[in-house]
Amino acid sequence: MKICITSRGTDLFSQCDPRFGRCPYFVIVDDDTMKYEALENPGPLAEGGAGIKAAQALTALGIDALLTGKMGPNAFSVLNAAGIKVFTGIYGAVEDTVSQYRQGQLDLIEDATTSAQHG
Amino acid sequence: MKIAIASGKGGTGKTTVAVNLALSIPNSQLVDCDVEEPNCNLFLNKELEPIASSKITVPNIDEELCTYCGKCSQMCRFNAIATLPEKVIIFPTLCHSCGGCILDCPEHAISGREKCTGIISRSADMEDHPRLYEGVLNIGESMASPVIKELKRWIEPDAVTIIDSPPGTGCPVMTTLEDTDHCILVTEPTPFGLHDLRLAVEMVKIMNIPVGVIINRSEEGNLIIEEYCDKENIDVLMRIPLNKRIAELYSQGIPFVEEMPEWKERFSDLFEKIVNEKVLA
Ligand code: SF4
Ligand code: SF4
Repeated sequence: MKICITSRGTDLFSQCDPRFGRCPYFVIVDDDTMKYEALENPGPLAEGGAGIKAAQALTALGIDALLTGKMGPNAFSVLNAAGIKVFTGIYGAVEDTVSQYRQGQLDLIEDATTSAQHG
Repeated sequence: MKIAIASGKGGTGKTTVAVNLALSIPNSQLVDCDVEEPNCNLFLNKELEPIASSKITVPNIDEELCTYCGKCSQMCRFNAIATLPEKVIIFPTLCHSCGGCILDCPEHAISGREKCTGIISRSADMEDHPRLYEGVLNIGESMASPVIKELKRWIEPDAVTIIDSPPGTGCPVMTTLEDTDHCILVTEPTPFGLHDLRLAVEMVKIMNIPVGVIINRSEEGNLIIEEYCDKENIDVLMRIPLNKRIAELYSQGIPFVEEMPEWKERFSDLFEKIVNEKVLA
């Protein structure tokens, strides 16, 4: 399984970031091997629609699940269309969020948790 | 003669001034351009009828032709289009109708389609005074300017027009102020009020529109706004005091000129003054 986590830094020990559209990095972890790579989030540079831009960047990477704090409806509809499952409620280091996911502590969202961002 | 009532931020009494001024000028029309939250009719309770709708052009993609190259998404600086490996998603509420994606698509897969974003209404009774025009941005829409443009198309050119502008200094305010003859900025005598007033004055000066100031909730001995206006050479047109009677009428939704005729006179004098200045200029 390839899991993507919104993060303040580029490795497993970085603090996770609850924001989706405007977090600085995505850390992508293979939860079988715990191998990981980091990707800069293009969202923060966007004038509007940061979440859409961030979501689009993830759709071509073959990710199965995204772990974050909360997400707006626009970004969610992009990830949903790409078949990426979205889980919210992460805290602590990136590494911890993977355990939170494995232990079923996170919420699978069927709908978005924050309202649309107007740009 | 078109006079716009604006303010650097909301809640300064802009709408109160617009409504009372319009009521004090015979045969005037009042245009509520604060399309995200039109409030003038809260004080006037007029029966309105819809007369038009504002439309914008948003992209429509023919997926048969699309190769998912992603050029349209790259071109759109508002991120209103997301290209996925096998799907394109459009977010019409973020689209600014620039048409760039239509031009940039190498497969000519994008065309334009019209979308209604707001409704324009007018007093059902054409003999109404003031005759009220109002625009309302549809729920979920974020682009106020096209609604304001459509609303302004309906203004009768020969009547005196009082325009209630949206608050702030953004794009919708500039759209509102365009082609007006005078702008009245409403402010409060506080450091925050002064800060927002400064921003608003800068904007109005850039647009080259004559400007005056009305101080709302003005207090004896507090000269913070006067000192600034002196320096900038801006007329303080009126001071509306923190007055119990005015506040009471406000809370009952009654325009205070209706109950306090001396204020009707003051507003009408203020209007005369602006007209005379224009004639002299
Ligand atoms: S630019 Fe045209 S072909 Fe390319 S993804 Fe957009 S709609 Fe499809
Ligand atoms: S018309 Fe302009 S703003 Fe609208 S989607 Fe196309 S590029 Fe973006």
